[in-house]
Amino acid sequence: MKVIVDMDVCKDHGQCVFAAPEVFQINEDGHLVYVAEPDESLRDAVEEAADVCPLQAITIED
Amino acid sequence: MRTTRRVVIAGASMGGLRAAERLRAAGFTGEIVAIGDEPHLPYNRPPLSKEALATEVTHDALAFRLRPAVADVTWRLGVRVVGADLDARAVWLGDGAELTCDGLVIATGMRPRRLPGPAAGRHVVRTLEDARDLRAELRPGVNVLVVGAGFIGCEVAATARTLGASVTVVAPEDAPMRRPLGYELGTALRRRHEERGVTFLLGRTIAAFLGEIGEMGENRVTGAALSDGTRLDADVVVEAVGSVANTEWLDGNGLDLSDGVLCDGALRVEGRHGVVAVGDIARFPNPRYDGVPRRVEHWSIPTDTAKHAALTLLADLGLGEGIATPFAPLPTFWSDQYELRLQSFGAPALGESDIRVLEGDLGGEVVVGYHRDGELVGVVLIGMPSAAARYRAALLNRTPLAA
Repeated sequence: MKVIVDMDVCKDHGQCVFAAPEVFQINEDGHLVYVAEPDESLRDAVEEAADVCPLQAITIED
Repeated sequence: MRTTRRVVIAGASMGGLRAAERLRAAGFTGEIVAIGDEPHLPYNRPPLSKEALATEVTHDALAFRLRPAVADVTWRLGVRVVGADLDARAVWLGDGAELTCDGLVIATGMRPRRLPGPAAGRHVVRTLEDARDLRAELRPGVNVLVVGAGFIGCEVAATARTLGASVTVVAPEDAPMRRPLGYELGTALRRRHEERGVTFLLGRTIAAFLGEIGEMGENRVTGAALSDGTRLDADVVVEAVGSVANTEWLDGNGLDLSDGVLCDGALRVEGRHGVVAVGDIARFPNPRYDGVPRRVEHWSIPTDTAKHAALTLLADLGLGEGIATPFAPLPTFWSDQYELRLQSFGAPALGESDIRVLEGDLGGEVVVGYHRDGELVGVVLIGMPSAAARYRAALLNRTPLAA
């Protein structure tokens, strides 16, 4: 599974962090960092993260 | 005679889409028909009061991603649901069609409340077309009157001011976003707006809009008379004075429609097997707080309610076990005004009689806690993004914050 966050669209809300903390984190500067190729076992959590992104900036490629 | 099971979803915005996704995710293989009065597939509305007023934003840019699982959903767009006979499991559409179904998802949402007055130059912000129409009039130097000082009113005021318009906000409360933020935080945010040149006329309402006949024969707004006698000139009026639930089509079915659609704790419409409601039209109890059914107009609610309601509906249709855990969402919303990021977790409105600054200060970045009977029930952050997780966890786990 490949995760792509459109960083031009992302505004660091951090909702994805609550849904999939293994994949998405807010760093000390308040900005989003994420794992680009997370384990397949995290798919449900990543789908949830994509759903709850206020800017809908997260896409998942198989 | 239908041979496959059919679920009709009345409403094709975020709640309708999430309901379709969750029905498929829970294994429903029957037919799903979603009916929407807008001509568009579901799209994300929050940018409409922000980015979409500043630059042209197309439906493509705002459309929700359609998962492969919902590729076979039938979307009947640009047509309104005008009536229903729940006993007969039938809904009627504005084009004269009748649809029968086995299960019904009510997702028709809200529409903006409107004030009376001249039509031209007066706007609301709910749909893509609303934002497009307003954007066309938001030019530097125009006089914009924003009626209502809630979140949408304040976001529109911030965007219009950023675009160079002259902006006045009129509202009956004594501070913007008074409910749920409270007087102190609302007043602190008022100052942020005033520093950027927004004028607030609070404690007042619109007595009447003023108008004149324009070049095209249209009755165009030119200003407003306020309840205290003040007269204001305005080229553009934006009304953000709350919303009305789209429940008229359910009249005659014996439902409690006094404020949205009354649901039980599983999102089932009270007393109606096989009928559920999702999104901001659903009035449901949240045992996280108490047993009082409430509607919640937060962005997180369509997704949360759809997840639970889909399982309830399938269990009613004999296609699943339902869900044993009670529905107890943690409401979440945010607002962007200028460079300010406001995030809310929990239910600040329930703790408005005991509001405390938990961290930071009201003039800058701050965390404000809302308490009921001494217990933290809601948190609002201005900035401080890295603190959000800690406070959200405290609310979720109902643990006292470390001193």
